[in-house]
Order: sequence, then structure tokens, then C-alpha cells
Amino acid sequence: MKIFTCIKQVPGISDVKIDPKTNTLIREGIPSIMNPMDKNAIELALSIKEERGAEIIAISMGPPQAENVLLEALSMGADKAYLLTDRAFAGADTLATSHALALGIKKILKDSDSNEKYMVICGTQAIDGDTAQVGPELAEDLDIPQITYVQKFELKGDDKVIAERAFRSEEIVVIETKLPVLISVLKEINTPRFPSMLGIVNAYKKKKVVFLDAEALKAEKAYIGLTGSKTEVFKIFIPERKGEHVKLTGTIEEMVKTLCQNLKEDKIF
Amino acid sequence: MSIRIDEELCTGCGACQASCPYGCIEIIDDKARITDECTLCGACVEECPVEAIILEREEIKAEKMDISQYKGVWVIAEHYNNKIHNVAFQLLGKGRELADVLKVNLSLVLLGDDFDDKLEELGQYGEDEIIYVKSKILKDYYSDLYVKTLTELIQENKPEIILIGATPTGRDFAPRVAKRLNAGLTADCTGLTIDLETRNLLQTRPTFGGNIMATIRTPSSRPQMSTVRPGIFKIAPKTNKKAKIRKINYDYKQKDSVTKIVKVISREKIKINLEEAEIIVSGGRGVKSKENWHIIEELAEILNAEVGGSRVTVELNWVDHDRQVGQTGKTVSPKLYIACGISGAIQHIVGMQGADIIIAINKDENAPIFKVAHYGIVGDLNKVIPALIEEIKKTKKDLKKNNL
Amino acid sequence: MDFSLTKKQQMIRKITREFSEEYIAHIAEESDQNSQLDPTVMKEMKRMKYFGTCIPEEYGGAGLHDDTISFCIITEEIGRIDASWSITTGVHCSVVAYPLYIFGTEEQKQEFLIPLAKGDKIGAFCITEANAGSDAGGVETNAYLDGDEWVINGSKIFATNGGIAETLLLVVKTGEKGRRKEFTVFIVDANTPGYSVGVREDKLGVRASNTSELVFQDMRVPKENDLGGIGKGFRIGLQILDYGRILMAAQCVGLGQAAIEASIKYANERVQFGQPIGKFQGIQWKIADMGVAVECSRLLTYQAAWMCDNKLDYGMIGSMAKLKASEAAMQATHDAVQIHGAYGLMKAYAVERYFRDAKMAEIYEGTSEIQRMVIAQKLLRRGY
Repeated sequence: MKIFTCIKQVPGISDVKIDPKTNTLIREGIPSIMNPMDKNAIELALSIKEERGAEIIAISMGPPQAENVLLEALSMGADKAYLLTDRAFAGADTLATSHALALGIKKILKDSDSNEKYMVICGTQAIDGDTAQVGPELAEDLDIPQITYVQKFELKGDDKVIAERAFRSEEIVVIETKLPVLISVLKEINTPRFPSMLGIVNAYKKKKVVFLDAEALKAEKAYIGLTGSKTEVFKIFIPERKGEHVKLTGTIEEMVKTLCQNLKEDKIF
Repeated sequence: MSIRIDEELCTGCGACQASCPYGCIEIIDDKARITDECTLCGACVEECPVEAIILEREEIKAEKMDISQYKGVWVIAEHYNNKIHNVAFQLLGKGRELADVLKVNLSLVLLGDDFDDKLEELGQYGEDEIIYVKSKILKDYYSDLYVKTLTELIQENKPEIILIGATPTGRDFAPRVAKRLNAGLTADCTGLTIDLETRNLLQTRPTFGGNIMATIRTPSSRPQMSTVRPGIFKIAPKTNKKAKIRKINYDYKQKDSVTKIVKVISREKIKINLEEAEIIVSGGRGVKSKENWHIIEELAEILNAEVGGSRVTVELNWVDHDRQVGQTGKTVSPKLYIACGISGAIQHIVGMQGADIIIAINKDENAPIFKVAHYGIVGDLNKVIPALIEEIKKTKKDLKKNNL
Repeated sequence: MDFSLTKKQQMIRKITREFSEEYIAHIAEESDQNSQLDPTVMKEMKRMKYFGTCIPEEYGGAGLHDDTISFCIITEEIGRIDASWSITTGVHCSVVAYPLYIFGTEEQKQEFLIPLAKGDKIGAFCITEANAGSDAGGVETNAYLDGDEWVINGSKIFATNGGIAETLLLVVKTGEKGRRKEFTVFIVDANTPGYSVGVREDKLGVRASNTSELVFQDMRVPKENDLGGIGKGFRIGLQILDYGRILMAAQCVGLGQAAIEASIKYANERVQFGQPIGKFQGIQWKIADMGVAVECSRLLTYQAAWMCDNKLDYGMIGSMAKLKASEAAMQATHDAVQIHGAYGLMKAYAVERYFRDAKMAEIYEGTSEIQRMVIAQKLLRRGY
């Protein structure tokens, strides 16, 4: 079986700070990291591999520097890694991104020339865009079933898939389907392993990231990158932060009333 | 396809530099320069006051879509246990507003089974029609059947805007529908307006973990699809108007879906840690004693919040060590942080100043905590907190009434 | 000349930093106070191959035997969070596992090296005795041959990992020809009859790391368990310590780094007289000096590691690195406590621990005075 894991390189946004004077992002020293939920995806792939054997293929679309996150995936234990990189992919929205990824997966499947079963595992969403759209759009492009928001997963027999999907705050639905399938995982599903030192040494010594450009994928320009995107960014702005410091006045009852009113407006309730 | 700067026009004002979320614009010799890391997101284009940034899309041979054929605003309802998710009513409120600006109809689309006798009541939230797709199996959510049904309905009826709740269900089928239609979809929107001239929907959403907001549009294709964060828009007021009802029967069988629902299980409340808590109620020395600590816990409970403590409260054993907020404890950034009886030593402040909203309750009006608090109440917490608990109860009750 | 780390080395730093912050940081203070290495961390460290860093993959290690710079980076990053752990793995790898790899026979590697590199067994290197500290020639623990076995009697003190080790390298006197003593390094299994662990020391710093007294009474060790030959112990022992010194230097770089990071954060946040204390020149000078000291030691440490990987004689540079790095760590942690004021004296602030840990490093694995002696002897003999 082949397990594709989709990886995204993202800015480590927990380190992003706003400069209060200029109200702009302070970008200095923000590292690029592997999207955290993608690590859960790799961990799941590794546990499936350990249980029943599989070839894990990490795939990403991004600038050449995204090679680093794929090397991290290889260090964790992925067997192969592909980076879809080309200026023609730039500016892609989720629709165009999922198309490029689908072309990549189809090409790898075709080139491997085997009829093995496959599945795709994605992190549910990326911390920079938070759209959670690429997974389902990729499943649609590949024409395979999807199970999103998965927090528990099991493969039974040859191709039976059973997944627990968190769909409401209080309920989980257990869904059954068959391979091939795309699942998107939540961080609750497992604790991703850190790559061991040996894993890192071997990733850099024995494995390599294969770069594929638009031509290698035979991608049609109308469906990739900026041109293939239906949505576009109209404007970007920094949300206004609460700046004022108000001391409430009046009786205690009046003060708590004003407070609750304000909290309601602030969407706390 | 490329981005370039017209050096004749560029004044080197730097507006674009500030707008770039990826830090890819430099100002060199009073001219803007775009570095290789640019993702072509286009955020800078609108910012430029002199229109010196040009984002060129390659002309595609594919035929241009006639977007004028698309009319109307749709809201897709989601339900569980035969109860419609609240977000649908919130979307009807917003949807009505958008439809009125566009002078088009608003429709509620419902895929389900046992709703026949509820349709009349459901039709009173401002929509012009309800499209009710009835099929036994659709009493539950099936990803592929939703995608198939909705895609067919959309292709046939051509609405220009489709609003879907950004719930795990909405975010499961919406992208797949969008992909099948080759339509633009914007996730988890918190603001929706219309640019009447182009009839474009301007969709605003938080990105980069809420650090920046992006407004997205879908200029040259229809429908424009959005998933919308629940709880953002007000629920539509109930009216006496009755919506037209269009009922469509589908004869789906279990075998029509590639997936099978095995069962639904209730899950225990998930324990979250302090760093991930959305609301934290913290107590300090002002709580006075361990016996009195329950007052902090009660306030936390009503807000569904986690309890935190200043260093001294941990040392006095009023609260567990792993709940300490501050330099030697946890650094937290919840949506709401309520500091009760905490004076606000720097060691505490560095651990909680990242909170979106900070409320301070303290007897000493000169306490430094008031310098970082957005709302400050000077008073005895033993009196303020019980009053606050009562008021929160009242506010929540009112809200619930409002939300059905 | 190129000072940049390879991509692999950068990844090793990133992962070790993330690992240490996630698994060790939250428990470091507790481990220090209880003088205990946390078993969960131990398990994870083994999985990460931190107990086999400088050993090739075929002997169960991580394959960094030819990349001492990476080994330094690992030790530095672990030491940045908890020096007790960096000394535990550092000693285990550099002065037990690595010598077995370099000097051991194939049989010895199969029997002893593999379990060490996998972390199934912990190792200790024992040379110091009550009358043999800086003067290693004073070793009195002795062995005599009885049939096919060496019979060892004596005791070792201050053995790092001593109480938790299952495989030991023991420097033992095996003969005396007039004034000339002969030493041999033996590989000893801790389950050998006659072996016992004496006092566990309660130390100033690196408190979670185990430092113990070991006692040998008619302990019989198979004849083939000498490492590198009978009578070769002094030469081998010095080579082993040369290598280990680089890692001790690396640990000090990590400690100094931790001290600076804590100080910068505090200096920017702590407000006195209406401004962050980092705006005061008195604090600024301290921060600058800390930065210079730690960066110097890092460069010397990496240089020694690089020389080692390139088969150059790194003995003197290694001594310089150990001397500079331990003193820089001492200076930086001292200043860090001072910058933190009274808070710096409190256990709740990590700088208090860094300060105690740094003092240890000026003494163990060759005191500053011994390093200066070694450096001076080499310089005076060879010139510069």
C-alpha cells in the first residue's frame, strides 16, 4: 500500500507578533515550520506502516525552501518525498493547490506502475490559512471518498477503513468506507514522534526530495497557480486590537451590567 | 503570470511593505521591490495608493463565464437529531441583508427527512423559499450524498452566493462541492459585504492565527461560496412572512453512499490545558484564603473557563502548580482573561498580556493590573464576583432565548 | 573557511531543541530538586538515539561518528535545557561508547557497544579515586591475573553515571616496573560479583545526574575484557578524555546560551525606575560580555570538533574549548543571576540552577587549572 501524506510549510505563527506602534506584523525571525497537524498525518502513516507495511510518500507544494519540511518528514520515517515547485504554482488558492497535489499523486501512482491500494492523509487544516479545504478538494480531484476531522483511525482486513470523526462538540461519528480514501486528521489522533538522530542522518544520507515542476506534472495553466484560482485576496489588514483601558464606574450592579454588555459585543458569550 | 512594480509610478511610500503578510517587499532607493518569496497573494495591489503594483494573470483560453446568469442567495442548513443547527438562522439573517442589497431572492436549502411539519415554521426567518430535498437516508449526514445533491441543485438553479456554516460538517462538503463546480470558496468567514458595482461578495476572514484579516473575493466566477463561522452573525428575526416551499424527493439508498455510518458516540468533555483555554479566570492574593478560592472556581464554571492563579496562590497551595500564570508558570493568550485580586506584578503580566480581552477586579485602584486591563472594576471581589456571576447568568439566558 | 552548519546539522539542532523543550524543560527543576533523572525522558532519549549519537548505525547508534559537530550541537541543545541530561548522555557516548567503538575488538563491540548505543545499558567511565584526581597517575585500584581472569580490587569515586551504569570502563593499575606504573582499561559488566555501588553523592549542580562511589572486591573480569591492550591504559585513557572534553565544552556552550536567553528576556521585561532594565548600561554591558564569552566558546568547541572529524590533533584546542566554555558558562550564569536580582536567587527561576550547574563544569573532566597546565605545556614545548 502507498500512503501519501500532504505536507505544508508554514510560518511559525505562534511567534508572530504585531508591532503596536505601526500595527504591522513583525516578521523578523519567524521560522518556517512543518504545519503541526501534518506531523499527526505522518505519525498515523508511520503507525500504519509499522502495523502492516506500507510505502509512505510525503508530498508538498511550495517554494524550493519547502524542501526542509519534506526532509523532516523523511527524517520521521517517510520513504519518499516530492516537492511540487514552480513559479507557475504560485498564488494558488485551495482549488489550484489541490489540483497540483492531485496531479502529483496521480503521476507518482502512474509511474510506480503497480496496482497497489493507496490512501492520502492530510492534516485537517494549516495554521496559516486555516481553511481546511485542500483535503476535501484533493479527494474530489482524485475521485475518492473522504473522511475529515478524524481523531481515530483503523484499517481492517484488506481495505476496510473505520474512522472516528469529530463532527460536533459532544458527538463523534464512526464512519466506515473502503480504500482508496483521503482522511484529514486532528491533532488528537496521536502524538507525532520526533525524528530520531538516526532518522535524520539517514534522511540526509540515503533519501532525497524529488522536485517536480508544472511541466513534469503536465499541468494545464488554467488550473494551477494564480490563474487557476477562483478566489483572490482583495485586501489584508491587521484587526484592531483592544487598546483602551476603561475603569468602569457606578455601583457594582451597574458595573457588571456594562461589563457583560461589552463582553456580548466582543462575542465572548 | 507575474507581479511587477511600475517604477515610474512607485513613490516608495512603503504602504505595500506594511501590507505584505509574507514580508516579501523591500524598499530600495525609494522604490518597492518584490522578493522571490512572494506568493502572489495580491494583498499589496489594493494597498498601493498610486496603483503601481500590477498583478498580471495570463489570459486563459478557456471560455469566460457569464456570471450574470447566476442569481440569488442560498443558505445551506445543517441538522442533527432532527434539529437545525443555529448557524443556519444566523446565515439567514446575513443572507437576507445580502439578498436585499442585490435585490434577489434568499433560499434556505435543507437536505433531510422528517422536516415536513416544520417547514412552515422554518419559513418565517426571512427567506423567500425553502428548497427541501427529502430522502430517508438524509436524516443523517453523508458527505458524498450532500455533495452530489447540492452540486446538482446548484448547477440547475445557479445561485450567485452560497452560505454554509463553518462547522465540521459544512467544512466537509463545501470544499468538495466547490471543487466539483470549479467554484471559489472562502473558509470560515467572519464578515460578508457586497460590492454592488461588481456584485462581488467581499468575504473577510481571520488568517495567520487571527493575527491578520484578509478580505477575499471571487471576481470572475460564480457561485461565490463561503463557509461562515458560527456565532458571528445575529439570528434572523422571526416574521409573519411565509416562504415558498419546494419539495424534491430523492430516492437514495444506503448503497448510493460509499460511506456507512457505524454509530454516533458521545464523548466526554475534553480536558484542555491552560495554554489552549479560551477563557481563564485567575485569582491572586486578594482572594485571601484557600477557603474562599471557590469563588474563582464558580466564576470559571459559569464561563466554561479554566482556573489560573498568580504565583503566590500556587505557593500557598490554593491552586495547583500547573495552573500558575506568569514568568515561572504558563504563558497564556486566551480570548478573555479575568484577573481577580491580582495586583499585576510584571512576573504575572508577562504571562497573560497576550490575552485578547483582560478584565481586572481589584480593591486597590492603583494596582498595576489596571494598566493592562481593558475593563477594570475597582471593588471587593467578594462582592463583585457574585454580582458578575448573576449578570452572566442573566445575559446567557437572554441570549439563549434569542437563539431559540 | 565556512562557518555555516550543514542542512543536516541545522535539522539536528532544530529537532533536539524542540525535543528538549517539549520533554525535558518542564521537569528540569523538579529533577534538580529530587536529584532524579525522569524515566519518561530516559525512555524518549533512548528512542531519539541520544545514547548512541557518535556510534555507527551497524552498532545500534545514530551514525554521527564522523560528525562530532552534530554531537556537539546535540549536547549543547540538551545542555541548554538541562545540563544533568547532557552530562548523562555526553559521558555515556563520548567516554564509554565511543572508546569501545574506536579501541574495542569486534567481539567487544558486539557484546558491549551495541547495548550501550541502543541505550539498553548505561555506561560510566571511572578513573578518579580518593588519591587520584587531577593527578591520574595516583590510581590505586589494581588487578592481577589469575588464570583466565583479572581480579580487581579497589574503589572509584565521583563516577558520573556510576550508580546507574551497567557497563563500565575502569582504569586500573595492572603492574609497576620500578617507578613506572602500568595501567589498563577494563570493560566491566556491573553484574559481576564483587562489584558494588557505594555512596551516591549529593552535589551542588547537575544534581539529577548520578555521581557515585564504586567498590570492587575480588571482582573477576574475563581476560579478554581489556580495552586496547594490557598496559595501554594511560595512553588510551588520555585519548578518551580528550574526546570527552569537546562534549563537556559543548554542554557549557548550551548552559551559557540558556543564561543569555533568560537574561535577555528578563532585561526586556523587568521594569525598574520606569523602564526595562535592559535600557540601563550596567545591564547592557553584562549582556554584551555574556554574548562574547559564549560565542567564543562555541567557536572553539566547533573548531575542536571539526579538527577531530578531520583527523587533526585537537588535544590542545579541545582543552582550550573546555576551559573557555566552562569559564564562559560560569561568567554568563553568574551575570544572569545578577541581572535577575533577588529573583535570580530563587529556585523558581532557572538561572539559579544554571549557576550551580556551571560551577560543576569548571571542575569536572579536568579542572580549569589542569586545562591551563596542559595548554601551557603544549605551547611552551611547541611554540605557537
